[in-house]
Amino acid sequence: MAVFVDEAVSTGPAQDHAPPTRRFGRRGRAVVEVVLLTVLAIVMLFPVLWMVETSIKENRDVYAIPAKFFAFDFTLDHFKDVFVASGGGRSVLSISFLNSVVVAGVSTVLATVLGVPAAWAYSRFGVKAKKDQLFFILSTRFMPPVVVVIPIFLMYRQLGLIDTQLGLILIYTAFNVPFTIWMMKGFVDEVPSEYEDAAMLDGWTRLQAFRRITLPLLVPGIAATAVFALIFSWNEFVFAIFLTSSDEVRTAPPAIAGLIGGTTVDWGLVAASSVVFALPVLIFAYLVRKHLVAGVTLGAVRR
Amino acid sequence: MSAPAPVTTDEPGQVASATPPARARSRRLSDRWLAVVFISPALLLLLGMSVFPLLWALYLSFTDYSATRGGPADFIGFGNYTAILTSSQVHQRALTTLIYVVGAVTLQTVLGFTIAYLISRRTRGRGLLTTLFLVPMMLSPVVVGLFWRFMLDAQFGVVNSMLGSLGLGQVEWLTRQQTALLSLIVVDTWQWTPFIMLIALAGLTAVPKYLYEAASIDRASEWFKFRTITLPLVWPLLLIAVLFRAIEAFRLFDLVYILTSGGPGVSTETLSFHVYKVAFLGFNTGTASAYGILMVLVVIILTQLYLRYLNKLKED
Repeated sequence: MAVFVDEAVSTGPAQDHAPPTRRFGRRGRAVVEVVLLTVLAIVMLFPVLWMVETSIKENRDVYAIPAKFFAFDFTLDHFKDVFVASGGGRSVLSISFLNSVVVAGVSTVLATVLGVPAAWAYSRFGVKAKKDQLFFILSTRFMPPVVVVIPIFLMYRQLGLIDTQLGLILIYTAFNVPFTIWMMKGFVDEVPSEYEDAAMLDGWTRLQAFRRITLPLLVPGIAATAVFALIFSWNEFVFAIFLTSSDEVRTAPPAIAGLIGGTTVDWGLVAASSVVFALPVLIFAYLVRKHLVAGVTLGAVRR
Repeated sequence: MSAPAPVTTDEPGQVASATPPARARSRRLSDRWLAVVFISPALLLLLGMSVFPLLWALYLSFTDYSATRGGPADFIGFGNYTAILTSSQVHQRALTTLIYVVGAVTLQTVLGFTIAYLISRRTRGRGLLTTLFLVPMMLSPVVVGLFWRFMLDAQFGVVNSMLGSLGLGQVEWLTRQQTALLSLIVVDTWQWTPFIMLIALAGLTAVPKYLYEAASIDRASEWFKFRTITLPLVWPLLLIAVLFRAIEAFRLFDLVYILTSGGPGVSTETLSFHVYKVAFLGFNTGTASAYGILMVLVVIILTQLYLRYLNKLKED
C-alpha cells in the first residue's frame, strides 16, 4: 500500500520535471524487491518441498547422488509403510499417531475447560494481585522443559504415572492452561462487560450472564485458542520422550524421532511420516491464521 | 447481540423483591466467590504440575540425591551451586548457548524483518506470501530437525549435492566441530525467521499511511522514511519478538537432541542439553536440579524483561 500511495503522490505534479531515470529507478527497485522476495521464498520453502518430494520417491532415488530434483520414480510405498506394518496389521507409527490424537485432544479439552472460566474471571473481576498472578501463570509456560521434566519424572515415578497417557495429558494440560488463560483473556476483554451488566439488570445472575451472553460470543476465540493448544501438544517432544517409553503409549514425535535410531535410516519413511504428521498442523494453522500473532506469542501480543 | 430479555430466570421474583443495597452486596460477594471457583482449578493444576515440581527440584538442589542410586539424600548446602558455577564445562556450555542464542536471534531478526518489509511493500499477493512463509514455524522441531539432518547429510544430502553441482567442495555440516554449531543456528533460523516476520509485519501494517504521505510531500528519500518512520514505529514490537525468541532459544532442547545430540564432541551442547546429560545420563539428580534452578532464574529474569516491555507497549 505504501508503494501505491507514494507513487500516486509523486507522479502528479512532480512528473514534468522528474527525470525519467528516477522513475526507472523506482521500477528497478520494485523488480529487485520482487526478485529478492522470490529468492527468499524459495529458500524458505525448499526444505518443505524436498520433504514432500522425498516422501513420494522410490528408495534408490532418495539416495541418488547427485540429488534428483525432477525425474524420479513415483511411489506411495512410504505412506503405506507409515500406516501398515511390514508383516501386515497396524504399524507402530500408526499407533503413535492415534496416541497423539488422544493425548493432544484430551489435554486441549481440559486446558480449555480450566482456562476459559479463569480467563473470564481475570478479565471481569478485581482479583487480588492480578498482575502478579498473570505473570506467574505466564512464567510457568516459559520454564525450560528439560528442567521441569526432572522433578516431574521423579514425581511420576512415585505416582506410577511414568509411561501412561494420563501422565502426558496432565503435563500437557498444565502447559496449555497458561496459554489458554492469556489468549482467552484478550478475547474476553474485547466483549464489553456492559452486556453482562445489562443482563444482570434484567434479573440474571452473573453466572447466567456469562453462560448465555458472553460464552456464545467467545466461541470463535475459544476455537482459535483450542486449535493452538492442540498444535502445541501435537508438536511437543521433550516431555513425550522422557515420560513415555512403550510403543502403546508413545506419541508420534518420539516415534518419528525413533526412526533414525538404527544404523541405516529409511529417509523415505521419515519423510512420509513427517508429512502425515505435519499436514493436520498446517491445515489447522491455516484455519486460525487471523489469530496467528496472538497465538504464537502465547496471547501476549495482539493486533 | 444485545442482552435479550430473560426468557427463563431461575428466580423471577428476585428483581422486584430485593432492595438495591443488599442486592449489590450479595452480587459482590457472589462475584468474589465466582472468581475463586473459576480461577482456583487452573491455579491448583499449575501449583501441582509446575510449582511443586520446581520446589522439589529446589530441595534436591541442596542434596546429593541420585535418581538411580536411591537411598536417603544428604544435605550438602550450596555445594551443587558452587560446583556448577565454577565448572569450566558449564562455562563452555554457557558460551555455546550464548553464541547460539545471539547468532540465531540476530539472523532471524534481520531476515524476518527484511521479508516483512518486502512483503509490506507489495500490494498484491500479501496474504498468500505471508501464509507460505509461515510454514516452517508451524512444523514440529522433531520434523524440522530430522529433515535438516537428512538434507545436511554429508554423503547424499541435498545441500552438498547442490554445492557439488556448483563446483564447490563437500562440507560435513553436522559432524565437524566448526560447522555443527553454524548448522544448528541455520536450522533454527530457518524455522523461526517466520516468527519475527509475522510480528514485524503486524507492526509494519500498523504504521499510519499519512506519515509516509507527509514524508513523500516533503520529498523524503526512501531511506529517510525507513529510518525516521518505519523503524522507530516497528521497533518496540520487534523487540518483543526478539526477547520472546531469545527465551525460546535459551531453553531449546529438541532441535539439538535430534540434529546433533550435542556433538561432535561437545561443540553444540547448549545448557539445556547439558542439564539433560547430567540428569538422565549421569544421574546426578541433585547437581542437575541446581543446574536447572539456575536456568529457571535466567528464564525468570528474561521473562520479567519481556513482560516489562510488553506492558510499556500496551500503555503507549
